[in-house]
Amino acid sequence: MKITTSEIEHVAQLARLSFDPSEIENFNRQLNDILGYINKLEDLDTSLVEPTTHALELTNAFRKDEVKSSLPVEKTLSNAPEQEQGKFVVPKII
Amino acid sequence: MPSLIDLSIHELHDILSRRDVSAVEVTMAYLDRIGEVDPKIRAYLTVTPDKALTQAEEADKCLKKADDITPLTGIPMGIKDVICTRGVKTTCGSKILENFVPPYNATVMEKLEAHGAVMLGKLNMDEFAMGSSTENSAYYPTHNPWDLERIPGGSSGGSAASVAARACAGSLGSDTGGSVRQPASYCGVVGLKPTYGTVSRFGLVAFASSLDQIGPISRDVTDCALLLNAISGHDTRDSTSVPKDVPDYTASLISGLKNYTLGIPREYFIPGLDPEVEKAVKYAVAALESQGAEVVEVSLPHTEYAVATYYIIAPAEASSNLSRYDGVKYGLRAPDYKNLMDMYKKTRSLGFGPEVKRRIMIGTYSLSAGYYDAYYKKASQVRTLITQDFKNAFEKCDVIAAPVAPTTAFRLGEKADDPLQMYLSDIFTIPVNLAGIPGISVPCGLSSSGLPIGLQLMAGHFEETKLLTVAYNLELALGRCESWPLD
Repeated sequence: MKITTSEIEHVAQLARLSFDPSEIENFNRQLNDILGYINKLEDLDTSLVEPTTHALELTNAFRKDEVKSSLPVEKTLSNAPEQEQGKFVVPKII
Repeated sequence: MPSLIDLSIHELHDILSRRDVSAVEVTMAYLDRIGEVDPKIRAYLTVTPDKALTQAEEADKCLKKADDITPLTGIPMGIKDVICTRGVKTTCGSKILENFVPPYNATVMEKLEAHGAVMLGKLNMDEFAMGSSTENSAYYPTHNPWDLERIPGGSSGGSAASVAARACAGSLGSDTGGSVRQPASYCGVVGLKPTYGTVSRFGLVAFASSLDQIGPISRDVTDCALLLNAISGHDTRDSTSVPKDVPDYTASLISGLKNYTLGIPREYFIPGLDPEVEKAVKYAVAALESQGAEVVEVSLPHTEYAVATYYIIAPAEASSNLSRYDGVKYGLRAPDYKNLMDMYKKTRSLGFGPEVKRRIMIGTYSLSAGYYDAYYKKASQVRTLITQDFKNAFEKCDVIAAPVAPTTAFRLGEKADDPLQMYLSDIFTIPVNLAGIPGISVPCGLSSSGLPIGLQLMAGHFEETKLLTVAYNLELALGRCESWPLD
């Protein structure tokens, strides 16, 4: 599989990134090198192998549903690029 | 008498608890040392002298009353800048978090503070822990104290370089594909990646959540055990933290390896392995044999697929984890934008460096519609095969011994333009993360040009005690490092 420039532009859109044309060219080469290497996994027949999503066999980690103190609003907002009246400010959406 | 910065954590503890020296004096000695060597190695991103001295004064109160003393009381530590420290900037080596001041502490920081440790500052790293050389830091590269023209390894390059340069007594790093063990090997110090779930990830900025673990870096194996004692344990704030009692890891520091079988994986001795590294590793294995271990050959047949597997799984998880940097809740927001989508794109394109963008792109691509089965599912299946390799090998041996990295520390800039070559330098450390098992790097010699070489030891899940026993015996057989760099 080889990734094309238009695919890179599509993936960049999904990832909320933008690149100028010279960057895209460089990325295209590097990503194809990396994906070319990754394709060696196709050598292995894994049709009967269960996937691993977690290194340990832990299942749901439940805890009691208890009310505990949490960070106050002003601390939670202390790193926000823009805030107003105890809320995050974002550009107008509608 | 050796100077204070030459002492290991346990040696410092002895003289602190005898009150031969105060914690403030020890902290001052380290702050002076940072002033002296850090302009050369650039291991620190932030130094916190006021906080350190306040913590040292508190430690002195405990030491004076002989009350509430732990092995870490008054011990000056450095912390990788990916671990949240309340009130102290935590940048992850990224411009996107340049001004991020966490309003809370990571669990490991709560634990270190409860043990009376002193924090000297925050240590440099590859941006978001993505890299093997610390050259991907958005601020500046760190230099290897053994040869300033070489990289210290990565991504925990600042954590390893500062311990080797005696600019802290011990440090914490994080290891997703070798980021504690590889720099420890390149800098001639001890670095441990614990079993997945042993150390809480709460407050560790996420890179690849199914692989990340925090681990200690120290100048000897005893210090490693002491630090592991302090940071391990179940934490309800990390749902992958394992509800298991923490043993006293110092109990595993015993001489003799009778009844120990050491496995040597044939797939780790491949073309491309530096002959000097191979020689040092074989010498270390012989030293462990002289301590009583039996040596057998084992096979980990899927080793050659580990890097490819990792470079699907880790970027996939990263692309998801890093979607939180959107210019809304914290971190950078680009100054000019037309609408919300434009703000997202400009913020992320401005804030992330090239390697982080590369991995977000690989991860997004491999998870995108139509490719999931070919990439992510396939990699998760190969991950099972790699894990199974280890299970089979541990039926024949207690601990596996192998190189940490194929070469010694490379030159700054040597691999910077070739991401794939950089990825391949992690070939021997990645399998441990995929399987979730513990691994340690222990110094086992110097190359002819005076660069450190590490031996990697690997064991089954929760067998850190076995790792530490073998590592301790290697230290006994080879002797501890007597001459540190930048003297």
